[in-house]
Amino acid sequence: MDTYARRRIVNGLVMTLCVAATGFGLLWLVLVLWTLLWNGVAAVTPALFAQMTPPPGSAGGLLNAIFGSVVMTLIGTVIGTPTGILAGTFLAEYSRGSKFGEVVRFINDILLSAPSIIVGLFVYELMVVRMGHFSAWAGAVALAIIVIPVVVRTTEDMLNLVPNTLREAAAALGSPKWKVIVMVSYRAAIQGMVTGVMLAVARIAGETAPLLFTALNNQFWSTNLNAPMANLPVVIFQFAMSPYADWQVLAWGGALLITITVLFLNIGARALASWSTFKQ
Amino acid sequence: MPADIALQRVTAEKSRHGAAGDFVFRHLTFLFALLVLLILGGVIVTLIDGAIPALRTFGVAFLFTDIWNPVTQKFGALAPMYGTLVTSAIAMVVGIPVAFGVAMFITEICPIWLKRPLATMIELLAAIPSIIYGIWGLFVFAPFVQQYIEPAIIDSLGQVPGIGALFAGPPLGIGVLTAGFILAIMVLPFISSIMRDVFETVPAMLKESAYGLGATRTEVVLRVVLPYTRIGVVGGIMLGLGRALGETMAVTFVIGNAHRISASILQPGTTISASLANEFTEAVGDLYLSSLVALGLILFVITFVVLAIAKLMLLRLQKRAGG
Repeated sequence: MDTYARRRIVNGLVMTLCVAATGFGLLWLVLVLWTLLWNGVAAVTPALFAQMTPPPGSAGGLLNAIFGSVVMTLIGTVIGTPTGILAGTFLAEYSRGSKFGEVVRFINDILLSAPSIIVGLFVYELMVVRMGHFSAWAGAVALAIIVIPVVVRTTEDMLNLVPNTLREAAAALGSPKWKVIVMVSYRAAIQGMVTGVMLAVARIAGETAPLLFTALNNQFWSTNLNAPMANLPVVIFQFAMSPYADWQVLAWGGALLITITVLFLNIGARALASWSTFKQ
Repeated sequence: MPADIALQRVTAEKSRHGAAGDFVFRHLTFLFALLVLLILGGVIVTLIDGAIPALRTFGVAFLFTDIWNPVTQKFGALAPMYGTLVTSAIAMVVGIPVAFGVAMFITEICPIWLKRPLATMIELLAAIPSIIYGIWGLFVFAPFVQQYIEPAIIDSLGQVPGIGALFAGPPLGIGVLTAGFILAIMVLPFISSIMRDVFETVPAMLKESAYGLGATRTEVVLRVVLPYTRIGVVGGIMLGLGRALGETMAVTFVIGNAHRISASILQPGTTISASLANEFTEAVGDLYLSSLVALGLILFVITFVVLAIAKLMLLRLQKRAGG
């Protein structure tokens, strides 16, 4: 009797704590998004998209930073996506059971979680030191290095989901393996692969640490990829840490823009992924 | 028959094309797979290369001194290493129980229709960029901690003899505790999503047998699910730890960036990644720069080991699940 009561109480207690833990987790999501909206909406004005980052004390916007972020994210994605897809293809289609494949997979998973500031240091030594100056190219390469492991991982996972019977059917029709991969496997896995790329873009859209030592920042409008380029995350960092109220407002505006972009990409990617599993 | 010959020629040509295409495609994908290894190799080589001047000047003592003085050009890694480990430890202490609760709620308690939306919302916590946590921590969370939480801690735990020193000092809001707490929120989704995944691998029959014997949900989770998935759970925790150790921007905003080791976790400190983010572009002199790269090397080695252990544990579980 006593044991039963005790077990029931313990169970009730643990259940309550679990609910509380989940509520605690959700609370932070709501809190962060709410304060972002609260502080950020005031900063979202036409000027935000039309003017350059100002010196302290005067009005301005984030146009050059938005432009820089878009450009470097795009170049990073364009470099990283094909690289990741081809490497992922090797892992899924050519390396089943091979030692080399296992090593690459292992290292890739570590790169996936490695601190992004280390990537920044690497590209600094690799490009910035050699070129003698910070540049948008270096920033884009740093972002590409973060994209690659994400795309490798999702490409491999998605190709592994493609039923072997599809490959065998295509091979039985006499098509060479590369054609089977490109015209059958890729087509069957395309939604999952797009999901992976979207998640990778979402990841680099808000990355700050690797850009600090590579693209640096630029107060002015610049389209020169060989020179330092403004970008939203680094501008937010600089403006938020400053004592100037105008700058802090702009930082909130930038933070809101980044978060909305990232959340949309994430939710879009998830919707795409669940839609594709639904179809199967 | 001419048609036959034509067909033969076509297939022969096709297979020749195919063979060349196969050779090219196979080696192309191989090269890009090799690139993944080259990136890692490149990171190791450049970090070691960049760290050599500092390591040569200070030797092993670099790891054990807490002096960080750009003026006298004396550098030691102890303070940032200490900060990195302490903030990550706080993140684990706070994050693991919460992550476990979330994973248990989603896999064992909540109604099926709620599972997906809930899991997605928790995972969105991981999608929010770290700079957002940083700016939020600086302007919203740190003042809150300073006003409400830290005075309470100082008045209660701070008065306890012995451990009181851990919670001493004025309430600044910014410091090691705040940074560790924000890290806990950031690693929560990583740990809980892996726990959730490994909890799902437990065969339903095992759980049903326990329920059949009259076990409560708590008992099923603690005595059946958890022992079955132990390796995976530890792997998930290590993965979260790897993230916490290397997290940069969120910490940089709220830790206060003081190169010193305080007994109190309420005081400002610094971590390896925060030192890098703050000082790297402003570092003057080769030795200063090289010392920062050496810090990066230390961080890389620590996270590499932690992540490798995490990966090995998860692989072991995967192999068992696969048969």
